[in-house]
Amino acid sequence: MNRSNTRLGLILFAVYLVLYGGFVLLNAFSPETMESTPIAGINLAILSGFGLIIGAFVLALIYGVMCGPDDEVPSQEREEQQ
Amino acid sequence: MIYHPSTLAVAIFLMFVGVVLGLSFYLGRKAKSSEGYFAAHGQIPWFVNGVAFAGDYLSAASFLGICGMIAFYGYDGFLYSIGFLGGWVVALFVVAEPMKRLGKFTFADALNSKFNSKGIQFVAGVSTLVVSVFYLIPQMVGAGVLVQPLLGLPHWAGVLIVGAVVIFIVVTAGMVSTTWVQFLKGSLLVAFSAVLTVMILQRGFEVQSEPPQPQTLTELADGSEIVNGLPKGEGEGEATLASVGTISKLPDGKAKTGPLGPLEFFSTLQESEVVLWSKETATDTDGSTTTTYTPKPTPGSQILRPGENPKFKGIRSDKYSDKLNFLSLMLALFCGTASLPHILIRYYTVKDGAAARKSTIVGIGCIGFFYVLTLYLGLGAMTSGAMDVSSSNMAAPLLARSMSELLFAIISAIAFTTVLGTVSGLILASAGAVAHDLYGCLSSRELTGTEQVRIAKIASVAVGIVAIILGMKFQKLNVGYLVGWAFSVAASANLPSLVMLLFWKGTTKQGIIAAVTVGMTSSLAWILLSADTYSAVYGWDGKDALTPFSQPGIVTIPLGFLTLVVVSLLTKKRA
Repeated sequence: MNRSNTRLGLILFAVYLVLYGGFVLLNAFSPETMESTPIAGINLAILSGFGLIIGAFVLALIYGVMCGPDDEVPSQEREEQQ
Repeated sequence: MIYHPSTLAVAIFLMFVGVVLGLSFYLGRKAKSSEGYFAAHGQIPWFVNGVAFAGDYLSAASFLGICGMIAFYGYDGFLYSIGFLGGWVVALFVVAEPMKRLGKFTFADALNSKFNSKGIQFVAGVSTLVVSVFYLIPQMVGAGVLVQPLLGLPHWAGVLIVGAVVIFIVVTAGMVSTTWVQFLKGSLLVAFSAVLTVMILQRGFEVQSEPPQPQTLTELADGSEIVNGLPKGEGEGEATLASVGTISKLPDGKAKTGPLGPLEFFSTLQESEVVLWSKETATDTDGSTTTTYTPKPTPGSQILRPGENPKFKGIRSDKYSDKLNFLSLMLALFCGTASLPHILIRYYTVKDGAAARKSTIVGIGCIGFFYVLTLYLGLGAMTSGAMDVSSSNMAAPLLARSMSELLFAIISAIAFTTVLGTVSGLILASAGAVAHDLYGCLSSRELTGTEQVRIAKIASVAVGIVAIILGMKFQKLNVGYLVGWAFSVAASANLPSLVMLLFWKGTTKQGIIAAVTVGMTSSLAWILLSADTYSAVYGWDGKDALTPFSQPGIVTIPLGFLTLVVVSLLTKKRA
């Protein structure tokens, strides 16, 4: 496996972990914040929920675009594994 | 009257199931070898596999469970959508490529790739089996729920039909046909949910002028039911529960909104008032139980905030300990996806790591889009006037019925195929575990491919029967909630080993064996001793339960990691 792909995966994972963790903790410890309606009369609970779903897809696309080719593993080793 | 079978619905339904069975039978003839049966020869195109991911993943829990939960309590059900999708991030960024690189057929292959230990193979096989069976329960419950209004059959009949059809699919087919069925179903589910959402927005909201009355449902000791004081039935002098789901007030005193935009939908609801229903159950000395449903007008701002569902209300408590159930669930959902055996085996149906990656991205796109729609579907059902007050699982199909009978038939058929597809995938994963991991490990000689396939087919029948029985047993729980448990078990048993194997060189085989065993047994025991199981499955008082809250993840996932590290350190020299 390409090492830089692994690193990229872990960085993006960390980014999402912070977003998701923040969302969960805000829900658990400050649910009233989620009731505020910052944009267009829609509350923060819905906005942040949609944001997390769309954010996951955006990060996935970034990962897909930035990942290098797979093979640092020699093809021989691959065959052995199969 | 909520449930009555219609000829159109039945015809469309039978056509769907017929097509699925025909397709599965046709494709199944091609898969004779074990590579074909378990992993579709690794030749599925990545895009198809990606949509099939969505097909596998958007099970009855997502479609029936989440929509139902949102329709009954509002925003809280959407938290499941967010958690379920978040889990895919773990699957893509951390697990996808190594899984593809390390394994061949099953999750146990990947765990065992470094050590070649029969012990690992065995515990990983058992954990696959346990998680799959746990995940099967809500699917079976969902199947029963669907058949009830569609064909006018009782719940157990639905469970039995799905069980039988799926056993047929898996025995005749294998991974190729399962994948194509999932692809078909995944695309249809997402497309028709989008259609339904557009129709909800077109319909807008309308105030129901007559306030709804409380309803009662009494179950007598002999099993017969009384509705609002009359025997349950549709004849003269009989009664059924009235359908519910109305708006009592719209902003600015309007009676009707007309078509709404996708954002306007929420801002209007935020300012409206919706009639939700509270439920109280009392048992009489003569053995009868009476459930009283009382209308409870609730402001929209309250419906669209977290913490209204009784299972989530802990987050509004001042005590930190009350918040643990919620935190535990969200952790399990996040960690669970990447540990589900039937999702993991899908990485073996594509040709390489890049294809695995691309299909996951397609999967995330489809699944994410669907989960955004769940909020519209759930809230649309909540205000559709068509809901069954006694079953949250029915919200999505009944919403479709409030639009048109044809749409109802199509949606029910898709939902039923959803169950069929997911159940086949799960049974295939369990069968693979039995034939490839468990049997292969107990038998002294290497099994041939044909033998493995034969054992897998026998195992499919056995697992199918177990699933049928459990599906009947657990019918009262919301299917989304049940899936939450399956995620907890999967995450506790599988994730610690999977992650540590990839990222910690000190991991030993004893560490993996111990972590899988401890994670699996502790999370299972926790669930079986929790308040929810006490009240909904055993029929005991939930207050006597031995665990402080119902979702095990927050305790048992770290416990799995801890076990792995400690045992690995202790056994390091000998390894």
